[in-house]
Amino acid sequence: MLFTQNKPTAEVLESLGAEKNIFLLGCNGCAEACETGGEKALSTIKAELEKAGKNVTSTTLVDFLCNKVLVATRLARETDNIKQTDSILVLSCGVGVQAVSKVVDKVVHPAANTVSLGGLQGLWPSDERCQACGDCALDYTGGICPITFCAKSLLNGPCGGAQDGKCEVDSEKDCGWQLIYERLEKVGRLENFKKIRTPRDHSKMLPSSELRKTSFYDIEV
Amino acid sequence: MKLIERFKQGKFVITCEAGPPKGIEMEQMMSELEPLRDKIDAFNVTDLQSSVMRVGSLATCRLLKDRDLEPIMQLTCRDRNRLGLQSDVLSAAVLGIDNLLCLTGDHPTMGDHPQAMPVFDLDSVQLLSAVKGLMGGKDMAGNDLEGRPPQFCLGAVVNPGAEPLEPQIIKMEKKIQAGAEFFQTQAVYEVDKFARFMKKVKHLKVPVMAGIIFLKSPGMAKFMNANVAGIHVPDELINELAGVGKEKRVEKSLEISARLITELKDLCQGVHIMSLGWERHVSTVLEMAKL
Repeated sequence: MLFTQNKPTAEVLESLGAEKNIFLLGCNGCAEACETGGEKALSTIKAELEKAGKNVTSTTLVDFLCNKVLVATRLARETDNIKQTDSILVLSCGVGVQAVSKVVDKVVHPAANTVSLGGLQGLWPSDERCQACGDCALDYTGGICPITFCAKSLLNGPCGGAQDGKCEVDSEKDCGWQLIYERLEKVGRLENFKKIRTPRDHSKMLPSSELRKTSFYDIEV
Repeated sequence: MKLIERFKQGKFVITCEAGPPKGIEMEQMMSELEPLRDKIDAFNVTDLQSSVMRVGSLATCRLLKDRDLEPIMQLTCRDRNRLGLQSDVLSAAVLGIDNLLCLTGDHPTMGDHPQAMPVFDLDSVQLLSAVKGLMGGKDMAGNDLEGRPPQFCLGAVVNPGAEPLEPQIIKMEKKIQAGAEFFQTQAVYEVDKFARFMKKVKHLKVPVMAGIIFLKSPGMAKFMNANVAGIHVPDELINELAGVGKEKRVEKSLEISARLITELKDLCQGVHIMSLGWERHVSTVLEMAKL
């Protein structure tokens, strides 16, 4: 179980910026249990976006967004719809957001922060990783996680150590920031890179006492 | 003295890297730097360079200051969280340090304690912002500092040889926005490439100091080509060095460095010499380059 909490609506709206047509994609796995994904969360966030003047082009549910085969299969039916939308707002953990970004060339925004990996870890069948930093920045980094992909978890760009696109720590590992740069360029969001990201708030990694009191948290951990 | 004053005077600024020893005897290091007193504007003291444990930058900077040599304190994000970094910045001000060079730092796995926890609580851009905040009298949590705030000249690094170059330039712009006043670069061996870089960053209007590393041997050049990010020593230079007998190699190496400095001189505002144990040859190279 990956524990997620909704980002404040204001933060989601700030991330969406001037984008008008938003595709809502919810996870029906762990996020459903946390009420950050699933039917209920989709309809809540749909109403909030519409109230803010956005046009919701779809509310699509996938059982486990961390499974890219499931995501790709389900989204294949929505190709035309996705083409016409400005971005995809993903209601899942950080792994789900990264998985979506990998299968669709669209701007993705996380609707939730992942706060704990708990015990059982969804399906998680591939190389996307989430450290449950509690302050998901995947919208600014093109759906590629700077916390897990960069050996130094840098937030403002690459260090000087990458060589031929590989990390200074391991010459067989891609430089996360090079991937982020290429991705942002591809989706036309290089301006995200130019914004200074403020330091992480590590206290967000601590699951709140409210979360720790829930039966889900107890059962799983 | 703040390094930025030198740039403002229109001087071609020369700094030299100073690597503290692994051990507490400082005499040798100091005696090697002493002859450079009148030739070097400031000594850039590394912060556990290459992630190898040794004497710290702050103590060494103070020792230089005591000898009336101008230090630049390097500060990396590798070993301290924001509490430690901010505290050391205040300590630097207390000890009279005027210049800080803020870097991300190598990963611990590059050094002699690969088991160490990589901290990187801040990155270089955030560190510059944090120091700028302290200079404005506030810490990162927004608390007021008591009394007068510290004042520094802030420097940063950029790698003009990185491929692709664009992310480096974006990050350089962010560093300037965060407070960097001057830049020093990774070692430069290709003047044309460096000239193209300088053209691309011309709009940023910050002084840039080209990095110089003496090519001690053809083997060292090949090693750097294979292992050091953003450094490329062209074959012609390697062959030029390999073409002379061992007894003439030092002379040839110094000649190459002096030539590079001469060619770079009109492109940038200074040079940063990373002598890597060849401090004794720095004066000769500068004389050969007519500096």
